[in-house]
Amino acid sequence: MALAPPITDVDQLKAHPAIARLLAWNRAAIEAVKFDRDEMTIVVERSAIREACALLRDDPNCPFNYIADVTCVDWYPADPRFEVIYHLLSIPNKERVRLKVRLAGDSPALESVTSVWPGANYFEREVFDLFGIRFSGHPYLRRIQMPENWEGHPLRKDYPVEGYR
Amino acid sequence: MILNMGPQHPSTHGVLRVILEIDGENVVRMMPDVGYLHTGIEKTCEAKFYQQVVPLTDRIDYLCPMTNNLCYVLAVEKLLGLEIPPRAQWLRVLLNELTRINSHLIWLGTHAMDIGALTVFLYCFREREEVLRLFEAVSGQRMMTSYFRIGGIALEPPLDFFDRVRKFADGFAAKVDEYEDLLTNNPIWGLRTKGVAVIAAEDAVALGASGPTLRGSGVDIDLRRDMPYTGYENFKFKVPVRSEGDVYARYLCRVEELRESNKIVTQALDGMPDGPIKADAPKIVLPDREKMKTQMEALIHHFKIITEGFAVPAGEVYQAVESPRGEMGYYVVSDGGPKPYRVHMRSACLANMQTLPKMCEGRLLADVVAAIGSIDIVLGEIDR
Repeated sequence: MALAPPITDVDQLKAHPAIARLLAWNRAAIEAVKFDRDEMTIVVERSAIREACALLRDDPNCPFNYIADVTCVDWYPADPRFEVIYHLLSIPNKERVRLKVRLAGDSPALESVTSVWPGANYFEREVFDLFGIRFSGHPYLRRIQMPENWEGHPLRKDYPVEGYR
Repeated sequence: MILNMGPQHPSTHGVLRVILEIDGENVVRMMPDVGYLHTGIEKTCEAKFYQQVVPLTDRIDYLCPMTNNLCYVLAVEKLLGLEIPPRAQWLRVLLNELTRINSHLIWLGTHAMDIGALTVFLYCFREREEVLRLFEAVSGQRMMTSYFRIGGIALEPPLDFFDRVRKFADGFAAKVDEYEDLLTNNPIWGLRTKGVAVIAAEDAVALGASGPTLRGSGVDIDLRRDMPYTGYENFKFKVPVRSEGDVYARYLCRVEELRESNKIVTQALDGMPDGPIKADAPKIVLPDREKMKTQMEALIHHFKIITEGFAVPAGEVYQAVESPRGEMGYYVVSDGGPKPYRVHMRSACLANMQTLPKMCEGRLLADVVAAIGSIDIVLGEIDR
């Protein structure tokens, strides 16, 4: 049961294709990195997420051409409150990477990646529905799981497990 | 004309509503509408101890309960850094492949029935019944098995279990031949499936499709082979890939997978190692009943696990497995406490469903039924 401590130094991890690609583009876009339990996490600056995704998708050495998942974690009452999480997969290279964007709690919003992968559509709708995060540029940002007239966003931590009713 | 198909419609395999804009018999626009089965399982998980989440995972995808169990326990084991003994891993592989057979049989039976081949349904459910009896033998449950545990599996299988699986596996290849006799060269089946609901490889990848839906379009990826988990690297199997991208190609992929899964089951039986079925981690894995009656320590650990749960080191893990429908992923976040801070399920069906409009728009209304069947959706998994 020995877990290796996470590595958080960018210079130690720059061999990873996703980090190398983002470093070559714009070092300021990377807020933090973490290599923990064999999984790579890159915290990307909020305004850079769509461009970062497009770059990683078109990377000739290791194209992260597949969006496996988009989800969110609510760290209420911490600040920044939300983390939007993208799991990318490179089908040719069999490589995974996790991108993260940190968002403040009041009216959280960021750019949609549906223009990069149309497959992010339903995932982003789900995050909008259950967390109330707005994705600008999304083609159809409506509730997907909850009824249209539902109030509140159930997966937020300040939403009671039993619901309000 | 706008046509509402579902949510109560026999070919939607649950409660899927599809809004269709049609011009005569042709579909102009299509929009799936989901959420009718949303029960907030992700939220419920946050209020449970780690071990209490396992039964919830069955309910997500009721056709492949073991795959969901496996994906969740693998994620938590990765968070904990637990080593799983080989026998438990092989049993997991064995049961997972039986689950895949079970799920594909339901898919084949209902999909063929949607298109009009009623007989296949009866044949498939005959073998499915056998698999369910095997599940009942190991777990006591036919469908909601909850058989895997964090750190291993719940119980040693009963004495005659392996003989029964062997008997099933030996006869199963001939049964797949029977299904194929009914469908593969059947001209009506061909007319309803060949060239229908085609999706190109690049579209399938961009829309996040996975599993046989992706492999039917010629993208060669199978997580069991490419990113092996729970000991799949020890097994030899082929990954069927077809390039046509139509309903028929997805059908052939899944039927071939039935055969390959059966081969994996046989390999697992042949090479089943001896040894413990639970990891040596007394603070996480419940002790044997016998030890609880004789050892004070074991009783204390049991009491603590049941009443307080066990703490999981803070961190996050995304574990993906190849479910019968594609990439099933569990993203589990721990804040160091005994309850998961967040559990998110990546639903293969939800992503696969995004390919539906692409498959159906511009085609006949009757093909919608074939297309929905061919991506093998389970609404419980989509809505969670």
